[in-house]
Amino acid sequence: MSDLPLIRADRAAPPPAAATPTGGRRRRVRLLSGTDRVVVTLMVLVPLLLVVALVWLPAGATVLLSGTDWDGIGPISDIEWVGGRNYADVVQNYPPFVPAVQNNLLWLAALFVVATPFGMFLAVLLDKELRGTRFYQTALYLPVVLSLALIGFVWQLLYSRDQGLLNAVLGTNVDWYGDPGVNIWAVLVAAGWRHVGYVMLLYLAGLKGVDPSLREAAAVDGASEGRTFFKVIFPVLRPINIIVLVVTVIESLRAFDLVWVINKGRNGLELLSALVTQNVVGEASRIGFGSALATIMLVVSLLFITVYLATVLREGRR
Amino acid sequence: MRTATVPREAGTAPASRRRPPLRPARVVLHVFLAAVAIGWLFPILWAVLTSLRSYEYTATNGYVSLGGWTLDNYVTAWRTAEFGKHFLNSVYITVPAVLLTLFLASCVAFVIARFSWKTNIVLLGLFTAANLLPQQALLIPLFRLFTRVPLPAFMSDSEVLYDSYWGLILVNVAFQCGFCVFVLSNYMKALPRDLYEAAMVDGASVWRQYWQVTLPLCRPALAALATLEVTWIYNEFFWATVLMRTGDKFPVTSSLNNLRGEFFTDNNLVSAGSVLVAVPTLVIFFLLQRQFVRGLTLGASKG
Repeated sequence: MSDLPLIRADRAAPPPAAATPTGGRRRRVRLLSGTDRVVVTLMVLVPLLLVVALVWLPAGATVLLSGTDWDGIGPISDIEWVGGRNYADVVQNYPPFVPAVQNNLLWLAALFVVATPFGMFLAVLLDKELRGTRFYQTALYLPVVLSLALIGFVWQLLYSRDQGLLNAVLGTNVDWYGDPGVNIWAVLVAAGWRHVGYVMLLYLAGLKGVDPSLREAAAVDGASEGRTFFKVIFPVLRPINIIVLVVTVIESLRAFDLVWVINKGRNGLELLSALVTQNVVGEASRIGFGSALATIMLVVSLLFITVYLATVLREGRR
Repeated sequence: MRTATVPREAGTAPASRRRPPLRPARVVLHVFLAAVAIGWLFPILWAVLTSLRSYEYTATNGYVSLGGWTLDNYVTAWRTAEFGKHFLNSVYITVPAVLLTLFLASCVAFVIARFSWKTNIVLLGLFTAANLLPQQALLIPLFRLFTRVPLPAFMSDSEVLYDSYWGLILVNVAFQCGFCVFVLSNYMKALPRDLYEAAMVDGASVWRQYWQVTLPLCRPALAALATLEVTWIYNEFFWATVLMRTGDKFPVTSSLNNLRGEFFTDNNLVSAGSVLVAVPTLVIFFLLQRQFVRGLTLGASKG
């Protein structure tokens, strides 16, 4: 979950930074006294240890465990190296794997192709100083502050077979959360509901920061509103585009809460994240196997994170 | 982002310099936006509406009806799901976690922004990336680690990090630090460096530069981050679900899952429970917007 301040920080950065003498960087290390050196070390080391111990070491351990046959019970000395067998098992002998990959991809596609453009579209509309824009914004942004677990419950009131509004209005008898043919779509509507507000907010923040003279210049040239947006405004919003892209990909990969509260990610709602959790928390804990699944997630996310960081950090240094 | 709306909010009219006369296109736009906004609010309003009606009434008359108004669902939900206890648990976890996250993140961010060392970029990458990793991918080793790290009995009756508030606080801090480091280091880099030169001339130690020069100037960013982090950690579901076992210790968001069993057949109770869980975030939601406005205007006026 990354949210608004990414933009805040981006936007807050340029003006005062311009006053910073970039050439005046001296070696400050020498100016630090002994105490200062200890303080600086502690300031970095304590948070770093925490993040390494609870995030990076477990990430590394997951990769290592994925090559073993550990069942989670026996002593560590009994662990045997099995190479790529777990991966082969995941792909060949694990029926939920293919549906999970499909669902994760579908999740990404739905957020990326439907929710994201719609959120952007709303941001463009709301950017025109309208009367009542605050109400519209508030309504769209409201789902963003709710947890996805809670959203699962809120939508159950519409989706439930016997007591849901949808069946009552449509006169149907569909179990929207339970029927494996439709439940992924029902869940995607709920997930998209939240995502639209999120994207709208990110773009609205970006649009407010666009230099108005750009628009005026385009208007003078007689460019239509649509043309102005796609040819002039959209390219300027590059930092936001990158953030939205990363947020969408990461959120699709990490999607978990919503399906877990519905049926723990079974029966049509398989997701990689839920499969990993099932394999570890359930009765039959298959550590090596679960780790192979987890490693797949890890590799995909690290690819995107690396690209994202490379872009952001390079731009930050300019 | 809301800089443009600020002047209007202040109660004066200069922002409405030239409001065009109402054209048909504008009317269509308003109708469209109003329809979308109401559609977006609908699921939440429906939850509130359902929660205010008795189960007997909706069971006989269906949900597409009016009547059977009652507050009993809230009373029953609060009592059966023991919301009081779970809200307190959320407070025990959220408050220390947010404070610790902001403190640790601001320390790292200060070092990154204050000194131009080559390692800073690696440090920033290491923290930011940690925030974006899928939590489930770390679950297996972390779960094992938590069941093995002992805690004295007075800290947790589970006597290990697993199934303790301490464990949840630490894991939330570790995950959220990255985001705050990223935001705060950007914010701090934007502060004029002359401040530090002046502080150094006065003989201020690094700690005093951090605590008395940088941090007070970061108050707007810290306030915005604090409101965000409170919402996120309060909403956190996964870690509490997998790293807690004792039902009594669950924070309110993940206790939702247990609540489902108890309320199985009664949607009116489910909705009352959902509304109760949403209330703190909705309250923060309105505070949050203010925080952003304040943070932005301060950030903008500094330039």
